[in-house]
Amino acid sequence: MKIAVCIKQVPDTSAALKVKPDGSGVDTEGLEFVISPYDEYGLEEALRTKEKLATGEVVVVGLGPERVAKALRSGLAMGADRAVHLADAAFDGSDAIATARALAAALKKAGPFDLVWAGKEATDDGMSTVGAALAEFLGIPHASEVKKAELSADKTSITCWSEVEGGTAVVEVKLPAVLTAQKGLNEPRYASLKGIMMAKKKELATYTPADLGLSAEQVGKGGSRSEVLKVEPPPKKQTNTKLIKDLEPDAAAKELVRLLREEAKVI
Amino acid sequence: MGSEIWVVAEHRGGQLRRPTLEALGAARQLATAAGAAVAAVVLGKNAGGLAAELGTHGAARVLWVDEENLDVYSSGGYTHALTELARAHKPLAIVFAASSQARDFAPRLAARLDTGLLPDCIELGWDAASGRVSAKRFINSGKALATVQVKTSPALVTTRPKAFAPAGADGAGAETVKCDLKVDAAQCYGKVKEYEQPAATKVELTEADVVVSGGRGMKGPAEFAVLEELAQVLGAAIGASRAAVDAGWREHAAQVGQTGKVVTPKLYIACGISGAIQHLVGMTNSKIIVAINKDADAPLMKLADYAVVGDLFQLVPALTQEFKRVLEK
Ligand SMILES: Cc1cc2nc3c(=O)[nH]c(=O)nc-3n(C[C@H](O)[C@H](O)[C@H](O)COP(=O)(O)OP(=O)(O)OC[C@H]3O[C@@H](n4cnc5c(N)ncnc54)[C@H](O)[C@@H]3O)c2cc1C
Ligand SMILES: Nc1ncnc2c1ncn2[C@@H]1O[C@H](COP(=O)(O)O)[C@@H](O)[C@H]1O
Repeated sequence: MKIAVCIKQVPDTSAALKVKPDGSGVDTEGLEFVISPYDEYGLEEALRTKEKLATGEVVVVGLGPERVAKALRSGLAMGADRAVHLADAAFDGSDAIATARALAAALKKAGPFDLVWAGKEATDDGMSTVGAALAEFLGIPHASEVKKAELSADKTSITCWSEVEGGTAVVEVKLPAVLTAQKGLNEPRYASLKGIMMAKKKELATYTPADLGLSAEQVGKGGSRSEVLKVEPPPKKQTNTKLIKDLEPDAAAKELVRLLREEAKVI
Repeated sequence: MGSEIWVVAEHRGGQLRRPTLEALGAARQLATAAGAAVAAVVLGKNAGGLAAELGTHGAARVLWVDEENLDVYSSGGYTHALTELARAHKPLAIVFAASSQARDFAPRLAARLDTGLLPDCIELGWDAASGRVSAKRFINSGKALATVQVKTSPALVTTRPKAFAPAGADGAGAETVKCDLKVDAAQCYGKVKEYEQPAATKVELTEADVVVSGGRGMKGPAEFAVLEELAQVLGAAIGASRAAVDAGWREHAAQVGQTGKVVTPKLYIACGISGAIQHLVGMTNSKIIVAINKDADAPLMKLADYAVVGDLFQLVPALTQEFKRVLEK
């Protein structure tokens, strides 16, 4: 099986963020970047499938500036066989749908693939959009927010368990398909020292829009039907913490319930 | 007919899901700003009965499709049906509640209609000059707020649970229009085979008015019983920190935070949770936050509206008793 894994590079989740004073975006100066956590689950699952079948190929694919090569190298160090980097200034400003369009074109060129993993959501823009849109551009089915996946014995379909409100939905899709990874799927491995050494020698191809036959109306700002007008700090919740301490549990409980009813009026 | 703002109704077991009423609330605001009317769309089989209810909540028209192959939800079926309807009727915008179902099909719909999608919005806007829909949505797990605009129509927007007040039942009733539309079985890829529901019908975490959460301070899985008793009295959903989930005490579905769910209840009660940034981003927009912790200096104790210092195993049962008393349960 040939499996592709979409990898987005995002600011480290524990980092404090600053917004640019002109409101044009998040200030990325000095930020640490990592593979978006959900993409690691997808990659781990792809590697396990390859190991289980003892044959096949895992390709990591990422769109974004030069620094994204580092995330792709990390994917190679974890065990992916080769990487594809959609790296060109013309991709800048792509919204989620334009990103999916470009990724689909790259997967056609680097593939065909039997299975494609993406994260259920990138932790920076939180769009939860690229995976399903990618399936649409590839003209294949998908399953979302997958926490468990089981390949059929004949390897022509895959059954997926997805978290939905109030329970789990079971969906079976025919291959090729796109799956988006939810937490719970697996525990991603760490790259070994040997993996890191080997990653340096693995192929990392770069694609431009021209390589993919995409025009300026299909990628970047021109290919995007949505645009960010402004980015600002989140509204600060003004905290006027009331401390309840040095009371017996019963008295503390009474006081809290009274405040919740009379002051906060939420109960 | 003029231009319309559509709301796609989400229903299960013949019942409208409550977030749809919030999407209707958002659509009504947007329609007022844009001088448009609100219409609702119901896809399914024998689901026309929901039309009256949608009319009461402010939809002036309800377009409904009665189709065997839409009886069970599928991303392929929904995308096909909505594409056909949108191409025929040209709505200005389509609003959905941000749910797992909307996350499943809305991206496909946006790609097929070649339009913009703004998921999980907390505020909608209308620019009269350009005739464009905009929205505010959190990015980077709530560490920044973006205003985003869609340049094409229909603009696709999903509304974050609890960000919009549900539409009241003050509507005048709807004109119902049955739409003829065929969906082939082959178009229904991504069809749900079955729903595995948890044994007890739990309150959905993202939709609950009250959330009671436990962290590493809970010490073990059995100890969550004290939270369950409190949750029972308050009709609350139970959440957990990642530490509690990773320890295997609660399911991941209960995790609140960066790699879990974002909740915005009226009341969030955190028990034995320190308040790491990855947890805070999942609950910081709750209306009122209560933290119960032995450690008065824990970060969550500083963010909380009410911080109770003490042992949760003494405080939570006392709280349950007191709520029982005042709520006469
Ligand atoms: C990429 C990434 C993603 C993450 N995503 C999430 C996420 O989605 N959600 C999340 O929650 N975390 C997430 N985390 C983990 C996060 O950083 C913290 O490790 C986690 O939130 C800590 O959980 P906790 O507060 O329950 O545990 P701790 O930090 O150990 O806090 C336990 C608290 O309980 C108190 N306590 C102990 N006993 C009692 C008692 N008897 N009575 C009262 N108080 C008591 C202690 O004083 C302490 O404050 C993520 C981390 C990373 C790196
Ligand atoms: N620029 C990108 N490069 C590679 N994969 C991406 C990119 N953007 C999004 N993805 C994939 O799509 C998933 C969902 O992203 P999003 O729709 O932006 O929340 C991510 O977890 C990635 O797997």
